Amino acid sequence: MNTRAQVRLLDGRRLHLHDGPIDIVLEAFGQQAEIENAYHAAGVRFSSILDELCRELPRLRKSAGECGPFHSIVARRMLAAVLPYTASTFITPMAAVAGAVSEEVLHAMTEAAHLSRAYVNDGGDIALHLSPGEEFAIGMIELPENPSLLGTVTIAAASPIRGIATSGWRGRSFSLGIADSVTVLAHSASAADAAATIIANAVDLPGHPAITRVPAYELAPDSDLGSLLVTQCVAELSAGEIHGALENGLATAGNLLDRKLIVAAALSLQREVGLVGQNLMATPHLESLAHA
Amino acid sequence: MAESDIIRCDACPVLCYIKEGRTGACDRYGNRNGQLVRLDPHIVLDRAVSRGDSLVPFLEHNKEWDGNLLGSHEQFVTAIGAGTTYPDYKPAPFIISSQLHGVDTVTVVTEGIFSYCGIKLKIDTDRHLGAECSIVRAQGEAVGHVTTNEYGSQMLSLGGVRHLTGGTRREGTVTCDTLLNLCNGKPAELEIDGGAKVTVQAGKPPVVDGVLEERMRVGCGSATIGMFARQWQGKVDDVVVVDDHITGVLSEHQAGKLLGIPETGIRIKGRRSTPGRYFKVAEPGTSWGGTNISDPLSIVEGFKPKIAWPGLRLLMVSTTGEHFAYFELNEHLQPIEKDLPEALQQSVARIKENCEPALCTVLFMGGAGGSLRAGVTENPVRLTHSVRDALTRVTCGGAPVYVWPGGGITIMVDVSLMPENAFGYVPTPALVAPIEFTLKLSDYAALGGYMDHVRPLESLLNNQRLGSSAHRVGEP
Repeated sequence: MNTRAQVRLLDGRRLHLHDGPIDIVLEAFGQQAEIENAYHAAGVRFSSILDELCRELPRLRKSAGECGPFHSIVARRMLAAVLPYTASTFITPMAAVAGAVSEEVLHAMTEAAHLSRAYVNDGGDIALHLSPGEEFAIGMIELPENPSLLGTVTIAAASPIRGIATSGWRGRSFSLGIADSVTVLAHSASAADAAATIIANAVDLPGHPAITRVPAYELAPDSDLGSLLVTQCVAELSAGEIHGALENGLATAGNLLDRKLIVAAALSLQREVGLVGQNLMATPHLESLAHA
Repeated sequence: MAESDIIRCDACPVLCYIKEGRTGACDRYGNRNGQLVRLDPHIVLDRAVSRGDSLVPFLEHNKEWDGNLLGSHEQFVTAIGAGTTYPDYKPAPFIISSQLHGVDTVTVVTEGIFSYCGIKLKIDTDRHLGAECSIVRAQGEAVGHVTTNEYGSQMLSLGGVRHLTGGTRREGTVTCDTLLNLCNGKPAELEIDGGAKVTVQAGKPPVVDGVLEERMRVGCGSATIGMFARQWQGKVDDVVVVDDHITGVLSEHQAGKLLGIPETGIRIKGRRSTPGRYFKVAEPGTSWGGTNISDPLSIVEGFKPKIAWPGLRLLMVSTTGEHFAYFELNEHLQPIEKDLPEALQQSVARIKENCEPALCTVLFMGGAGGSLRAGVTENPVRLTHSVRDALTRVTCGGAPVYVWPGGGITIMVDVSLMPENAFGYVPTPALVAPIEFTLKLSDYAALGGYMDHVRPLESLLNNQRLGSSAHRVGEP
């Protein structure tokens, strides 16, 4: 237990967990006593996660091919989520940290209580619990500062989806690509987190002068991305360029879909959207973008 | 970049290395000029600051809190950066106990989301900015209206729930933006339908149609006559103080009568109110005394031949001393402009000297609704009663507030007394303002306070690394 971690009931329903860079909002559904048990378990489990991760942090920032094995269960989830990508690209377990933390907190809750539904949202990387017959409606927004609904997704218990993650260069983590956002639905939050990072990196126009890139270490000396160039600014692109960059991302997303690493993905770049995966993401509310 | 520009944050075990001007992984702590600062700071004001003393350095990096400062300086925690959610079913973010004047007190600190809020803007100028009830616009959107004039000042009422959420999305956003800028001490450009364009900023003189307004009028035209009559006696035969509100005429005015100044037969346009006091001598404008005239003689209809005499000396002056002209009547009793005699120069200069600097002042006004009160106590109406009974003191960012009589907790606060950038917004749109309720610990318990959430001031100061950002509190 540490004394930093903050656990607060937000509005009588949701629980807010905060420790260092981790901010989680979660909610459980079911009988009141079960919800209380779940929230208690979430708080207890959460309070040691950051310390566990930080003990292994230097190695978690190394390339996934050469960093393991790890003691902490969260670190192991992170590594497992990025391993499928190590052959083809540089990736560290940090690419899946938020999703893995969500998953672990959700796991603690479902172990401790019988819940009909639950979600754990760690900065947009969401782990879901659905008992048979239940479903969640999830809204996607393109840009947090201009929250117009990009689309809604209904996830039923029968679907394999239990994780949602979003990545993009405007987010808190660095991206090598230029996607405003890539939202991935996958079988777990950590898998979605890693895949969103990979796809967002692939939405790119290598060498394009409208894109400002900076070595990651210049921005954050301890970044796991080291000297890799991370996107800092993307100027207005032509329709053809947007299309080309999205095609690059869609090709990668299609590949991940074929390998069953993801269930679906929505890619957004300068008000254009590309979709991969099954029809459950088929109806984004594109007209809402007209207000952007 | 040199190594020394990088600091290591020890706020959590991630121990980020942070470069100058950047934040750590959490986006909460950053490196500002080599100092670790919390960027959504809970600003702790020393009471000394509000008395105009300098800010006490506070919780510097690598420095332990010695505890003594508390007793000697009466630290007061403001709500800025305390955070909030809406609706507030939960206890406020910080409920802090400390000793004030030797009494155990509790300060409940929260940031309120004010959907019902606005600004009362006082612009010290007699220039006509627009007719009462005219729409005030920012970026073409209606953000408020012209309200009742006050002495020497034009008043605007900006914001309010109708503009914030009752109109188009853009009207709401622009209104919120305008309120936020003005509350945070930044300038705003406003245009009044059928009136002037003004640039306003709290604590700064207004700019009306591109002209910087430097001084307020010394008084209305009639008041000016009263103030300076004795100084004019013997140096001039008559004085007209041109004012859009009340134009004064020395020879007819009670003050002139008392001094025995003889009639001059001058005839002034407009509607005579009482002797020597005239309404509506011209149309409102941005020239002489807030009228639209550039030639002062345009308000003089002439002189009665039976009373006036050739050589009669007439001074015409505006209520700020900014405009003045001196005339002498010729044999046809026509006023001929002459240089202002030295003896009168002094009186004109004195009018100017007695005009206070023109300023814009911004009072934030908002209502602490049911939900915000529920963050303070389980029984919200008791908080209202407690405020009303003066058992609970309300402050905004540590600044004193005026609590309106009547129902609810509707407050007004001078934003210039609040710390810099004390206001925020939510996309509703609505303003977020800090608000603190301070009361005796025993009173807090009595009104159903969240006693289990009360924590000692020291614990807050020690557990949170707080940034002491720039303050403009206490500036004269």
